Amino acid sequence: MRQAVATHEAPKGFIRRYIFSTDHKVIGLQYLFLALAAVAIGIVLSLYMRLRLAWPTERWPLLAKLFPNAMAGGTISPEFYLSLVTMHGTIMVFFVLTTAPLGGFGNYFLPIQVGAHDMAFPVLNMLSFWVTLAGFLVLMAAFFVSGGAPISGWTAYAPLSAIGEIAGPGLGMGQNLWILSIALFCIASLLGALNFITTTLNLRTKGMAMTRLPLTVWAWFTTAVLALLAFPVLLAGGILLLLDRVAGTSFFVPGGLIVSDQILPHKGGSPLLWQHLFWFFGHPEVYIAILPGMGITSHVLSTFARKPIFGYRAMVTAIFAIGLLGFLVWGHHMFVSGMSPYSAIAFSLLTLSIGVPSAIKTFNWLATLYKARIRFTVPMLFALGFVSIFVTGGLSGIILGQTSLDILMHDTYFVVAHFHLIMGVAAIFGIFAGTYYWFPKMFGRMMNDTLGKLHFWLTFIGIYAIFIPMHILGIAGHPRRYAETVGFDFLTPLQPIHVFITIAALITAGAQLLFFFNFFWSIWKGQKAETNPWRATTLEWTVPSPPPHDNFGPQTPVVHHGPYEYSVPGAAEDYLLQTAPPAPAKS
Amino acid sequence: MGFALALVIGVITLGTVIMFAGRFWWFPEAISEHGPSIDRQFMLTLTIIGIAFALAQVMLAFFIVRYRRQGEERASYWHDSPRLEVLWTTITAVVFLSLAVLGQRVWAKLHLNAPPPGALQVEVTAQQFVWNIRYPGPDGKFGRTRTDLINDVDNPVGLDLSDPAAHDDIVTVNQMAIPVNRDIHVVLRSKDVIHSFWVPPLRMKQDAVPGLAINIHFKAVKTGQFEIACAELCGLTHHRMRGFLLVLPEPEFERWLQQRASP
Repeated sequence: MRQAVATHEAPKGFIRRYIFSTDHKVIGLQYLFLALAAVAIGIVLSLYMRLRLAWPTERWPLLAKLFPNAMAGGTISPEFYLSLVTMHGTIMVFFVLTTAPLGGFGNYFLPIQVGAHDMAFPVLNMLSFWVTLAGFLVLMAAFFVSGGAPISGWTAYAPLSAIGEIAGPGLGMGQNLWILSIALFCIASLLGALNFITTTLNLRTKGMAMTRLPLTVWAWFTTAVLALLAFPVLLAGGILLLLDRVAGTSFFVPGGLIVSDQILPHKGGSPLLWQHLFWFFGHPEVYIAILPGMGITSHVLSTFARKPIFGYRAMVTAIFAIGLLGFLVWGHHMFVSGMSPYSAIAFSLLTLSIGVPSAIKTFNWLATLYKARIRFTVPMLFALGFVSIFVTGGLSGIILGQTSLDILMHDTYFVVAHFHLIMGVAAIFGIFAGTYYWFPKMFGRMMNDTLGKLHFWLTFIGIYAIFIPMHILGIAGHPRRYAETVGFDFLTPLQPIHVFITIAALITAGAQLLFFFNFFWSIWKGQKAETNPWRATTLEWTVPSPPPHDNFGPQTPVVHHGPYEYSVPGAAEDYLLQTAPPAPAKS
Repeated sequence: MGFALALVIGVITLGTVIMFAGRFWWFPEAISEHGPSIDRQFMLTLTIIGIAFALAQVMLAFFIVRYRRQGEERASYWHDSPRLEVLWTTITAVVFLSLAVLGQRVWAKLHLNAPPPGALQVEVTAQQFVWNIRYPGPDGKFGRTRTDLINDVDNPVGLDLSDPAAHDDIVTVNQMAIPVNRDIHVVLRSKDVIHSFWVPPLRMKQDAVPGLAINIHFKAVKTGQFEIACAELCGLTHHRMRGFLLVLPEPEFERWLQQRASP
């Protein structure tokens, strides 16, 4: 199963070792630190948005120092608000929710969990990080060019995104940089996906049958397959959009457009084509963000329930079913787009079908807790929080997935609440669970338990305080991407909800400082971690913390057990490492 | 720790249920013929997912307390139950797919049927950040329009007066009157980017896409003045793209129209 891979020496010199490293662990950490920087920026941007929504005319001289051009008058203007909408969404979806769970944890732990010395293509792996970083820097540059960041949202619907500055501020150079950034991200993700897939299929160690893979590996593997099939479509769409903008083509722009009393020269394009291409990528992207979180949650729940994960095969099947169905439901973003109402019905039925494997996962997590002996460590708290939020965020999808109800809810705050819970917050809880769980392995030290618990409580309660009222805004008909409520009589009574949400968001964001502090403080000052502090079963817990350059040294591990052998009757301990000697034949 | 977490989950669940059941803020009363069926389907779905939500959270909270670690006793080595798995998969599939099918009824009525004959035609042409409304006039026919004749000051939709059918067309800006209890057939267009025609009490939302003429139909059964909001991000003052829908008794509607007919 495992090909002969020469054990390689650790490179000498700081640059080869920590900067242009081909070691999957260093690359994983680079991804994680990039995601940390990105999430900090993304949160700050969201707070600016929340301040605008709660107090639209207020001047914020201190906050204006961060964006001296965009906030020239000290207020958060509608155009700056829309730039924030675009940049917050783009940063979070691509550079946090895709980067941290897949690029970060996937890179670091997939090879170790399958018993490999490194990824299959270490140089591609290094390249994929640097291209991602380039994409991030290009995106940030959009804030500083003339006109500022684009106002077209992370979905960049054409023609708004396709016809240049004439359609609004930021739609000139800012939009070009946005497209370039996304294109770079697509290329980087393809390189990463190839690596994940090949490594899982070819580099498993002796005894590591596919049926013994931890659910995290199954999740990363499926995610990589989704990325491999989805990102090329976005890349193609992005290139066509760029051509419409700079080369005078008309893929997404129809003829006869009049903007500001000016007739545009385009002819024959289709705005719906962009939506199809975008969501053909965009819907699988939701699962790219959340599947690793599901994997981590399963992994952590089983560890701290001290019980085997319930229904391992059903879990794997459900991951695959979600992945497959995830490619067949993109049209539910387009029910009211002018698309054929017949295809809307097909998309609606397929969309509600995806609730079935999602429900199976929830049932299996609950069944894993049944007759467990739960240890409430910080990673476990976040995994339990994940289950709660996944249920809450998932169920509202049953409303949005119905064509007739989507007439009401489409493009309102109901959608914003739904996707933030399910693909934003649930995925972030997966990332937090993973961080607290694997931190000792990555840095050789434990994170502070008290700070971690405090972080959990404030975040868990804060998230519900933010997003439950947001559903109500949507039910009352509040369209999303509105810079204020004063323009409409039916919106002004909703303003107190905005104020409440903003206060909840400020507190919740403040609580994240605990996490950042805990993270960096523990890297240097945390209590030293043993090899297996959680008494867990999978291969990463058989190697030192942190693992040496080639993970396993000259001896490659041999696997004898499934990934979640906890509380096996008759065993000496309540956990059985995957590498533990095989049990003697049953007498 | 287990008790505290269970308590928090319990309180959150209760708070959420109260928030939705209390309807302190809610959608406005429906004024369209199809509106109440959408509302019923919404309440049915909300009730079912509300029950599922509460059950799942309470079960989670209960397990957290009941199966917290106590002493050194080991967990149960229980990891499969094909019967249970088949049971809950089947139940979920039946419930979700039934809802999906039920959810298509209003949709089919609205979107798979052509506008009824005799429906009043109204054309809505969206542009950054205005709703242009056009009525065909007494001849019942929309006159020809030409892009190059469009002029925001006096010809917002580009009426071509060389076409006789265009002479009696009536064009208004941000003011859309319709008669009550009569089928309305709206042709949605856009001059620049994508907009979305959204009137919450009408329970109607439909994108206006440049290059496409999208047909929708509905019947308002209550009179009054309502706001038309844009629900698709269309640029800088998207949040101020407001029009008015006036639902009038037929005679008043005719008067309204005549006042706006060109002499």
